[in-house]
Amino acid sequence: MTTSSAAPSARVDHLDLLESHAIFIIREVAAECERPVLLFSGGKDSAVLLHLAVKAFAPALIPFPVMHVDTGHNFAEVISYRDRQAANAGARIVVASVQASIDAGRVMDPGEGASRNRIQSTTLLDAINEHSFDAAFGGARRDEDKARAKERVLSFRDRFGRWDPRRQRPELWQLYQGKVNPGEHLRAFPLSDWTELDIWQYIERERIELPSIYFAHEREVVLRDGMLLAVSEWVSASGDEVAERLTVRYRTVGDAIGTGAVRSEATTVAQIIEEIAVARVSERGATRGDDRFSETAMEDRKREGYF
Amino acid sequence: MAQQTQVMDLLRFATVGSVDDGKSTLIGRLLVDTRQLFDDQLEAVAHASVSRGVGDLDLSFVTDGLRAEREQGITIDVAYRYAATPTRKFIIADCPGHVQYTRNMATGASTADLALVVVDATAGLKEQTRRHVCIAALLGVRRVIIAANKMDLAEWARDPYDSLVTDVTALADQLGIEQPLVVPVSALNGDNVVDPSGAAPWYDGPTVLAALEAAPAGGWAGEGKVGGRLPIQWVLRHPTGRRTYAGMVDGAALSPGDEVVLLPAGIRTTIRRVATADGDLQVAPVGRCVDVDLTDDTPAGRGDLLASAPLPEVTDHLTATVCWFGDEPLTAGQRFRVKHTTRSTIGFVEHVVSRLDVNRLVLEDGDALEANDIGVISLSTADPLVVDAYTSNRITGSFVLVDERTNATLAGGMVGEPTFAR
Repeated sequence: MTTSSAAPSARVDHLDLLESHAIFIIREVAAECERPVLLFSGGKDSAVLLHLAVKAFAPALIPFPVMHVDTGHNFAEVISYRDRQAANAGARIVVASVQASIDAGRVMDPGEGASRNRIQSTTLLDAINEHSFDAAFGGARRDEDKARAKERVLSFRDRFGRWDPRRQRPELWQLYQGKVNPGEHLRAFPLSDWTELDIWQYIERERIELPSIYFAHEREVVLRDGMLLAVSEWVSASGDEVAERLTVRYRTVGDAIGTGAVRSEATTVAQIIEEIAVARVSERGATRGDDRFSETAMEDRKREGYF
Repeated sequence: MAQQTQVMDLLRFATVGSVDDGKSTLIGRLLVDTRQLFDDQLEAVAHASVSRGVGDLDLSFVTDGLRAEREQGITIDVAYRYAATPTRKFIIADCPGHVQYTRNMATGASTADLALVVVDATAGLKEQTRRHVCIAALLGVRRVIIAANKMDLAEWARDPYDSLVTDVTALADQLGIEQPLVVPVSALNGDNVVDPSGAAPWYDGPTVLAALEAAPAGGWAGEGKVGGRLPIQWVLRHPTGRRTYAGMVDGAALSPGDEVVLLPAGIRTTIRRVATADGDLQVAPVGRCVDVDLTDDTPAGRGDLLASAPLPEVTDHLTATVCWFGDEPLTAGQRFRVKHTTRSTIGFVEHVVSRLDVNRLVLEDGDALEANDIGVISLSTADPLVVDAYTSNRITGSFVLVDERTNATLAGGMVGEPTFAR
């Protein structure tokens, strides 16, 4: 570092640098955009994002609301967690409902037992329009997917909410350029350079509370398409499938129908970090049904306005 | 794996090189051999390779993720990848090779500590590669590692390696960057990338990974050539009514008691406290986001800058080197929004002074810059900017020019002229 003559307390590790970079981005977007919003799913990445936003403006409150795009297929633990975290942060919460989009005829219901992950894009874009948000913070990371690996930290969306990977704004130095015209918006990804392991190490260091489903617990699950899906009001064993009670945890939190659990005994963050360090399957590969359809599934969804 | 929680530092590097020299394959190899890829990601790469008829495992598919990239077999945009060894986290910007994607290459290089340049040793140093090394050097990348790739095709003969060393030594001298290490590798087979190879007994230097682990990390935001810099991002209003100033420390560390000047106003003041959400700091190092309290009620706002000596320059007229990305040429008389640190103002191009011939490394007279050209301009601004020369500090020495109507970023600018071109 450039501060070799400074006291040992000046030593900065990779988590400090990632944290500072993320806080810098959050403040830049808050300063340059008129009406930002923070997308909060109750998952671990959005928990880290909210934590960083609180730190960026402490001791004042965060100067933007928090929005949850609710598929209607939720884990109950996640919803109570969401409300508690927003209250702790002193943030106003906006809930955009996929069910309302279906009822209004904006999207087709994919049917009983089908994930609503893909149709969330319409609900998200409608809510962005309705509230005139010009920037939406998301917890996406570039290590998650090959299309995300190409995306800028501030990612431009046109009037139709589309991402055009061939016409991204050059993003030099730390000159995050957040101006958009009416109807357009930005997605801002302060966690772009974080890996899954960084996230967990940071959660451990900062003692960030997470929904209980991230830790090993007993749950009735059914094996479907190689994923362990929770038995719920939307999922039950059909055909040859057998529901089993297993000790599992979640590596990601999404639509309860499209998100799989993994077998795990890890009940603490430290145990989860050990598990990730030796994991051989990526978090999306292990747990997200929607990314399995084609090699460019994420790119295609992002072009339509997905997170 | 037990050391995962020990202190790690962070090295950002960009990979550059000409089309087909094997850049993406080398990064794929680096990730596969350091076991950064999960089994399902490897399976997906293998599946895509077979279905497109390019062999069992085309490692370039690890980074070339967009549909058009796979169809055309080229890299269009920067792909960011991450790797970690027990002591270091790497952020890798895999940059595109084609001329028309120079803006994306500049995006990747602008934050890099180091450039990993991949060269097909059987073809030698191509113009495109010289161009990329030149752009990287212009953007302040002083350290370069050269991977002399496809040595398996050269049957590990020493001649092509030696002539490459001669060429890059001459180029580094011209550019004024550190002498590069040249590592003979086969990205395809994995020789000397992560694992040392016996194929070239005449080479006793480190592998690519060992060289990346040994390189000094950080320092890209400030080389210690200037004083402390804190561009103010945001004014924090405390419940007590007090106002403090949030931003990222740059240039040199800041501490309570430091005498600073609020610029451009030129008001002298002293730092009372340097706070973070986790408590006060006695020393706030470069790269750390902090919240600064001043000893008096100096009114400051976003876009102002706190500086400790040696002080930056306050000016509304700049001579700057720009990389032009616009489809229409850059000419005198055009106006833009200028974003410099946390300040935005209007800029007016007085003159296009010269255009850089990247192959000969000379500045030629010119009155327009075409897309992907690099040149020197003089720029007037509506409000004064607080600047350091780019060669002294990347943050206070850089700006972007933005289209006022579409908000497109049209140029990256660096305060001062290229030091190597005459």
